Amino acid sequence: MHKNAVRRHNLHSSGAKRVSTLVQSLLVASQMIASFDPKLVEIVRLSLAVSLTSTLLAACIGLPIGAAVAVARFPGRGAVIAILNALMGLPPVVVGLFVYLLLSRAGPLGALGLLFTPEAMVIAQTILITPILAALSRQVIEDAWAEYREQLKSLGSTTFGSALTLLWDTRYSLVTTLLAGFGRAIAEVGAVMIVGGNIDGVTRVMTTAIALETSKGDLPLALGLGIVLIVLVLLLNFGAQATRSWAKARFG
Amino acid sequence: MADGAHDAGLPRVARVTAPASAERDAGLPIVARGAGYASGTTTILRDIDLTVTRGQRICVIGPNGSGKSTLLRLLHGLLSPTQGSITWGGRVERPPRHAMVFQRPVLLRRAAAANIAYALDLAGIRGSIAELRVLAALQEVGLISVADRPARVLSGGEQQRLALARAWALEPDVLFLDEPTASLDPAATRAVERIVMDIHALGTTIVMSTHNLAQAKRLAGEVVFLHGGRIAERTPAAEFFRGPASAEAREFIEGERL
Repeated sequence: MHKNAVRRHNLHSSGAKRVSTLVQSLLVASQMIASFDPKLVEIVRLSLAVSLTSTLLAACIGLPIGAAVAVARFPGRGAVIAILNALMGLPPVVVGLFVYLLLSRAGPLGALGLLFTPEAMVIAQTILITPILAALSRQVIEDAWAEYREQLKSLGSTTFGSALTLLWDTRYSLVTTLLAGFGRAIAEVGAVMIVGGNIDGVTRVMTTAIALETSKGDLPLALGLGIVLIVLVLLLNFGAQATRSWAKARFG
Repeated sequence: MADGAHDAGLPRVARVTAPASAERDAGLPIVARGAGYASGTTTILRDIDLTVTRGQRICVIGPNGSGKSTLLRLLHGLLSPTQGSITWGGRVERPPRHAMVFQRPVLLRRAAAANIAYALDLAGIRGSIAELRVLAALQEVGLISVADRPARVLSGGEQQRLALARAWALEPDVLFLDEPTASLDPAATRAVERIVMDIHALGTTIVMSTHNLAQAKRLAGEVVFLHGGRIAERTPAAEFFRGPASAEAREFIEGERL
């Protein structure tokens, strides 16, 4: 009985200690954010640069693929859709490993010397989210195609022309698709860790920094970055939702 | 404005180019020979023998599910017959200058005027000629004042008038209309009917489906009565409404009177 009481007391005190660590870390973290701590700002900047670039590149590849698969009818189309959907769940570490093998000195693209650079991280994230953008946009555009198909055919539109028209006409829905891709890119840690190497000041992004600082015990920086990451994702989603409802009211 | 009259103060604009004329291949007559359409194991249309010649104003009438919409889609070339054949002026390709207005207008997410310009662009008409035609078409249907409004926020009646303006601007040789007033109120319906008559007056052949007998009476030159996927009869409108030849059509008209 006595032993148990002591253990309970210890548990309580260590619990209280953990809470105070959390509070302290939160305080320091908010100070860092409020004062635009240069280290924190640099990490956030690189994260945004890498993930926005990846999203842009993935959009250039994924949206045309999505539109083409939505509009075209060809043998094996069902299999292509199944593969696209399956690739949405690509494990980031596997993508990282794949890009690592491509870019490592002995790999086919080793001569480019891209391993452990932000460019390598962009490549990995682009591969990761292109299937997401393709699969989600395919669904959006195919729904629109069901409505537009006869009218566009009646007007004499080609399949290619129809795909372009649909991409433009579903632009506000596709914003949500882009955000899903961006959210996945900025939140993933496995791929950028492997191909970027988490080098301080060069390839350190929010997620890899959080992982590292947590294991080092520098909780305030980890927590500060975590808060920034969550706020960013929230803001983006609010923005997307606002864009959509504004567009719905404005353009129908 | 209630019935979509012309915007006050603006003179009526004539067609920018000449109407359908003989020197151009109009894709007429449309000839269906033993045409049928089946989707899976369901036969929707069978044994359709029908000729559409220049200048006609045909109303396809019949009960729901009799195959009116499918017949229009076959004649427009949106569907290919699963039996028999359909030719346009002796050819097997769908002619470019045939247009269709659907029951629910499909408008693009852009301004009303841009919707018409889009259709003209697909038809290879661009530049100042296209601009003139867009304005003329909007004026014809009384939508000049909403030219810059996004098409999809217009009212149901305005959307259908815009769809008609889009077809009008294309100066089609044949215009198909699939129950264009089925979801419109009486005022909007009258506006659509007036525009259809205007388009016909400019030399466009009209093929329109409706299940509204009063509308067929107002618009039809000829009636094609469909029943159970077959043409039960084809009669000049005046004759049809005096007394249809087929038992099915008599029954349909009786049902309407009750």
